[in-house]
Amino acid sequence: MVNKATRPTDLLIGQDLWNIQLDANGKLKHFLTIEGLGTNILNQILDTAESFAGVNESVKKVPLLRGKTIVNLFFEASTRTRTTFELAAKRLSADVLNINISTSATSKGESLLDTLRNLEAMQCDMFIVRHANSGSAHFIANHAAPHISVLNAGDGRHAHPTQAMLDMFTIRRNKGADFGGLRVAIVGDILHSRVARSQIHALNTLNTGDVRVVAPRTLLPKDIEQMGVSVFHDLEEGIKDADVVIMLRLQKERMQGALLPSEQEYFQLYGLTEERLQSAKPDAIVMHPGPINRGVEIDSSVADGNRSVILNQVTYGIAVRMAVMSMTLSGSIGNKNTSDDKEDK
Amino acid sequence: MTSSNQLLIKNGRVIDPANQLDTVTDLYISNGIITGLGEQPENFHPEQTIDASNHWVIPGLVDLSARLREPGLEHKGTITSETIAATTAGITTLCVPPDTEPVIDEPAVVELIHRKVENAGHANVVALGALTARLKGEHLSEMAALKGAGCVGLSNGKNTIKNTLVMRRAMEYAATHDITVFIEANDQYLSDNGCAHDGPVATRLGLPAIPYAAETAAIAQQLELIAETEVRAHFSHLSCARSVEMISQAKAAGLNVSADVAAHQLFLTEMDINSFNAQCHVIPPLRNQRDMEALRRGIATGAINAICSDHQPHEIDAKLAPFPATEPGISALETLLPLSLRLVEEHQIDLTTAINCVSNEPARILGIDAGNLSINSNADICIINPDAEWTLELDNIQSKGKNTPFIGWGFRGKVQYTIVNGDIVYSG
Repeated sequence: MVNKATRPTDLLIGQDLWNIQLDANGKLKHFLTIEGLGTNILNQILDTAESFAGVNESVKKVPLLRGKTIVNLFFEASTRTRTTFELAAKRLSADVLNINISTSATSKGESLLDTLRNLEAMQCDMFIVRHANSGSAHFIANHAAPHISVLNAGDGRHAHPTQAMLDMFTIRRNKGADFGGLRVAIVGDILHSRVARSQIHALNTLNTGDVRVVAPRTLLPKDIEQMGVSVFHDLEEGIKDADVVIMLRLQKERMQGALLPSEQEYFQLYGLTEERLQSAKPDAIVMHPGPINRGVEIDSSVADGNRSVILNQVTYGIAVRMAVMSMTLSGSIGNKNTSDDKEDK
Repeated sequence: MTSSNQLLIKNGRVIDPANQLDTVTDLYISNGIITGLGEQPENFHPEQTIDASNHWVIPGLVDLSARLREPGLEHKGTITSETIAATTAGITTLCVPPDTEPVIDEPAVVELIHRKVENAGHANVVALGALTARLKGEHLSEMAALKGAGCVGLSNGKNTIKNTLVMRRAMEYAATHDITVFIEANDQYLSDNGCAHDGPVATRLGLPAIPYAAETAAIAQQLELIAETEVRAHFSHLSCARSVEMISQAKAAGLNVSADVAAHQLFLTEMDINSFNAQCHVIPPLRNQRDMEALRRGIATGAINAICSDHQPHEIDAKLAPFPATEPGISALETLLPLSLRLVEEHQIDLTTAINCVSNEPARILGIDAGNLSINSNADICIINPDAEWTLELDNIQSKGKNTPFIGWGFRGKVQYTIVNGDIVYSG
């Protein structure tokens, strides 16, 4: 372990950090954000996930990451993200360690860096990190030992790239691989949403024809247009003729922060009902990163209806996370070794 | 440190904005006082002579805002470490805000600081007293006592006084005792624990944002109170184009106000955060190109009176965390003069204006006799080799805080000598 106080790089952080996601050969080393990754990498993730989707359905387990240790390092509560990461790791035959930091070390005053150093000492190969602060996954990737890969499972309001990729996977399965003709509307609390930011980057990188956000101004960050979206404040107008409608979860805390008057008024204006969904295309799919608030951002009849692919998203989450794990831990091995599985399917 | 009763600085280009002087001449110093310019005083037999040929001889810099961290946060910096760093950078007088631990809200703390400064024996230090007790914004501090102990002004530091009635009364009471009130304009409800400018970078990185209005709404409110109470007021660390406009209009309307900008605001924007560069986490936040240019113009037109360092040294760990969890601030003493001179290099302002903004003007705002080379003034002087080119490197930073985004920046113009009260306290 290097004494952090004497490491000069500690003082020079922030230089070209986007590039730390790729190794010298342009292969995925960390998966921190969609931003800065090319169409080729995103398609590679989707193709690899496609091959693993077969594993999930029939074989259940492949030995790709046998002998590797993966740490689920969650500083924020999560059920489905942590569980699907764990399942994905186990299906790749890795050993998984779940550490729930919100209830352990930090309450004893240990710094993030101290926690990191201790885990490194346990000979781990990958950290899957969720943390309340934007930029924490970058920070950890920048300070972890060189052999460790870092996967961002959600950092503050910044990014949740595996969620965005499982959403792209869901869209591709339903609408085909060419996103050029698609209109995708993301509805709800864009301001606080790392999911929305990653989705916007992913959709634009995959050349989606029309990406829209729909929300009242209190839930939209400034200059969001510069990320490549058009902005709507009216739900029906925003989802008009959309191929994909993505609803975001509305946290109850937003009422306290004076961002919204009430859940009732929000549902009246932005809740997705069967009736409102009429303005989207007849074959539009409805997505939600979960967990859903029935009667707040989405009506039960839509969430459970035939256009909802919400549960498929959860299933696909395992294949997509297997793809990202295998690509980051073994370079291109993930692609090569699983091509057989794809044939089998 | 070299002590000498008489010192001659020969053949330097003496630039003294306070006296509209810019000429090659000799400067005579006796017993810590400037006693002659061009003309040798009687009975002058210098123990020491500095040949300043091809060098600039300017007033020692006066920094309007430098946190030395002592008392209370000595792991970040001490009076000794930071006053030494100041002298290597040509700064001979530092003004410290009251948010030390304990707060500078009683004469004993002022005396403690003065004693430590005297023992350290490097740069001069003047203090701002707390505007309210414990900086809590509830009760007035004993302003007259603080003034009596040597405080040159009053401020509530980064702790905004939320109760406008308390603020109004604090201004009235300060005006009664002819004390300048220093204001770091920030509406804490609007800044809402944000850490970056409310613009495309914060949006892209998902960083909690600070809108313009956090600064401008606060300035608007304070200007109304200043107009009503007729207090003399100084606005510290402007960051927005609109703020420059408001201060400019207030001056035109006859209000007794002045303002400064931190040097880093004249060179960095939100874009420099790039991907979470915690060295660019500052409050007020780095704004955009348009704001940076307006701040530069403000310096050129005089709407902004002074450039300060807003020095905030930190221990290494303070910046070793995810961006929002890092402590804001830059260790900035050693880039105050280099960045100011760089504005001249970039043809933003002329040399006299640059020197005026870091010496004479801040001294005038503080109401102290410094920042000039007048006969009978204290001999606080900085001698610069204007042609020396150098690069800021981590290892060369003298401050205890190594937190700066300017590592690797190239500069022209290097401090050769710093003289405080006639003593050569630094020679490069």
